[in-house]
Amino acid sequence: MNFVDFCESLPNEFLGLKVQLMCNSTPKLLGGVPLTIELVLISLLIGFLLALGLALMRISKNRFLNVISRSYVFYFRGTPLLVQIFLIYYGLAQFDFIKESFVWPFFREAYWCGILALTLNTAAYTAEIIRGGLQSVPYGQIESARAIGMSGILLYRRIILPIAFRQALPAYGNEMILMVKGTSLVSTITLMEITGIARYIIAKYWTPVEIFLVAGVIYLVINFLVTQIIKYAEIRFTPYLEHAKKTR
Amino acid sequence: MNKALEINHLKKSFGDLEVLKDISLNAEKGDVICIIGSSGSGKSTLLRCINLLDIPDSGEVWVNGELIKMSKNKAGNYYPQDQDQVDRIRTKLAMVFQSFNLWSHMTVIQNVVEAPIHVQKIDKNKANKLGLELLAKVGITEKADQFPSSLSGGQQQRVAIARALAIEPDILLFDEPTSSLDPELVGEVLRVMQSLAEEGRTMIVVTHEMGFAKGVASQVIFLHNGHIEEQGTPDELFNAPKSERLKRFLESNLAI
Amino acid sequence: MDSFILLRFGDTGWGDEMLRAAIVTILVSLSAMAIGLLVSVFATMSKLSSNGFIRSIGNTYTTVVRGIPELLVIYLLYFGANNAIMGVAKKLFGYNQYIELPVFLIAAIAVGIISGAYSTEVLRGAFLAVPKGQIEASKSVGMNKFLIFRRILIPQVMRYALPGLGNVWQLTLKDTALIMVTGLVEIMRQAHIASGSTYSPFTFYITAALLYLVLTTASSRVLNSAERWANKGVRRA
Repeated sequence: MNFVDFCESLPNEFLGLKVQLMCNSTPKLLGGVPLTIELVLISLLIGFLLALGLALMRISKNRFLNVISRSYVFYFRGTPLLVQIFLIYYGLAQFDFIKESFVWPFFREAYWCGILALTLNTAAYTAEIIRGGLQSVPYGQIESARAIGMSGILLYRRIILPIAFRQALPAYGNEMILMVKGTSLVSTITLMEITGIARYIIAKYWTPVEIFLVAGVIYLVINFLVTQIIKYAEIRFTPYLEHAKKTR
Repeated sequence: MNKALEINHLKKSFGDLEVLKDISLNAEKGDVICIIGSSGSGKSTLLRCINLLDIPDSGEVWVNGELIKMSKNKAGNYYPQDQDQVDRIRTKLAMVFQSFNLWSHMTVIQNVVEAPIHVQKIDKNKANKLGLELLAKVGITEKADQFPSSLSGGQQQRVAIARALAIEPDILLFDEPTSSLDPELVGEVLRVMQSLAEEGRTMIVVTHEMGFAKGVASQVIFLHNGHIEEQGTPDELFNAPKSERLKRFLESNLAI
Repeated sequence: MDSFILLRFGDTGWGDEMLRAAIVTILVSLSAMAIGLLVSVFATMSKLSSNGFIRSIGNTYTTVVRGIPELLVIYLLYFGANNAIMGVAKKLFGYNQYIELPVFLIAAIAVGIISGAYSTEVLRGAFLAVPKGQIEASKSVGMNKFLIFRRILIPQVMRYALPGLGNVWQLTLKDTALIMVTGLVEIMRQAHIASGSTYSPFTFYITAALLYLVLTTASSRVLNSAERWANKGVRRA
């Protein structure tokens, strides 16, 4: 039997919840998944590149670059994502000089405002993760590399970056999950990702608990998949840690 | 007169690995028993079964004529019947650990008086006085108000000994007390242990320090693969070893 | 500039409203953190239990709450709580009217449940980080379970848990911004109301951002001092 028949076959109400409606709404909610994934992937990608730049600025000897990087991270980690979104979407519209400039077509679209806010936000947290990863490389391992004559870019490429990458993996995996959850906030600026569609359905049928439950399950599945990807990456890139875990 | 310690037919396995395969031993008051053997022979496990840090699978432990009551639970596992009895008996059986295990959030003197004050309910002033005396005895009074992290290994171990003495135990248990120490620091700890032995304290010491066993012990037990391979006075074991394994063990531990 | 006029205190400006909203934010955050810590104590005990079923309760809690967007948790609780209470009232007392729980309470509980899930992970890690030897030494001098817990375990757990709990606090503080959807007038809601009324969204959202920065920065300072106090006697690497 097809999906619609399946939903019809369910009881109308179960434990006070309108199960049939939950079933019927599922495909509509799943329709928001592509946008959610899109937002996550684009913001993670561009955010990561931005974060690399910020991390380099942070460890640079140039005091000016240092201050800019630190202030950027300070602002984006010290304020809620919601404020950052609102400032871009609602806030910039206050200024005529923006409305009359060439960037306006960009900033009046909720989609671009959302991507921008998510990107800037993840860049700040990722920059700190990268910095943490670089700092956590045990100094002894760098010294032993120098002792055999490695230096400069070779040292970074063969020793520092690989180790830093593996140290940062769990933290970055966590950031990926936070980003998936962060996309739900752009529903407040009219974007129709999962939460946005959920709110739309609820406005129509007034069954908030049922619909949000289904939406919640969809997010859980997505985040579960993300955790599996991270686990796989950890096994693939740090096989020596797996052995240590097992022999504890 | 009750024996200080009596162990009957102790058995212990960790999963499939049988670590103690029927161990019995006695200690009179004033005995200094050194347990020697290679790694994995079960020495530490034997010691830890005495104060029930590890719980044996079967067997009896008598401390000063009192049997630690054990029974079997639903899963068929041995476990102490009366936790209060265990706690009480533990105050007669102080232990000194290989990794010192001083409480890191308390100062040296606080470490020493913690059990007397909170477990034995001794008056604070009396406990502090006793504590300082003990710190003097192990030669560490000047560090009384410092935290363990600022002390060397040898100093920490001496504090641990003072902490063990503070509860006025009948038997002192030493679990490889010098194995974690730098060679220069081993001596200061062994000297303290020797003076305790000369005072007539009952001590059970698991150790690799053959010199100490030879010079201070009243009885030496050689453990191999969970069995008591050979047992006797230091003279008997070190100068006239009977078993092949003991002979080989002594040869490879030529620190004497 | 116009903005400064808008932010003035008193009748003509929104300054005092924003400040009052900031106080609401602080109060909700503190309540939520407290509720979260209370919940996390139980959840941690559950996760450290030897009983598989009890363990699964704690694990389900942390996995689900940390896997769903905070906005959803807040929505679910906001709508769910009112409906649930009304359902119970109807079944038990035949009470048919619309019941609405105080928004502050729902907001605090909602953020508290989220906060608790993260606090649980911190506490669990802290418990496991206490070196086993410290507990063995306590047992070896005859301390009973309660003494060990009170005199040795808790002080050490606090030391290990403090940095993590500090992070959870910052998280909680920022999550209260999402409460605006319930109508409680904290910083974001107030900024929203004010910008709607004055058509100056940037002014008020920037003020909101600044207020949050002040709160998170002040919190860092306090937490750093607390960390230094809790770590007395520990030589840091």
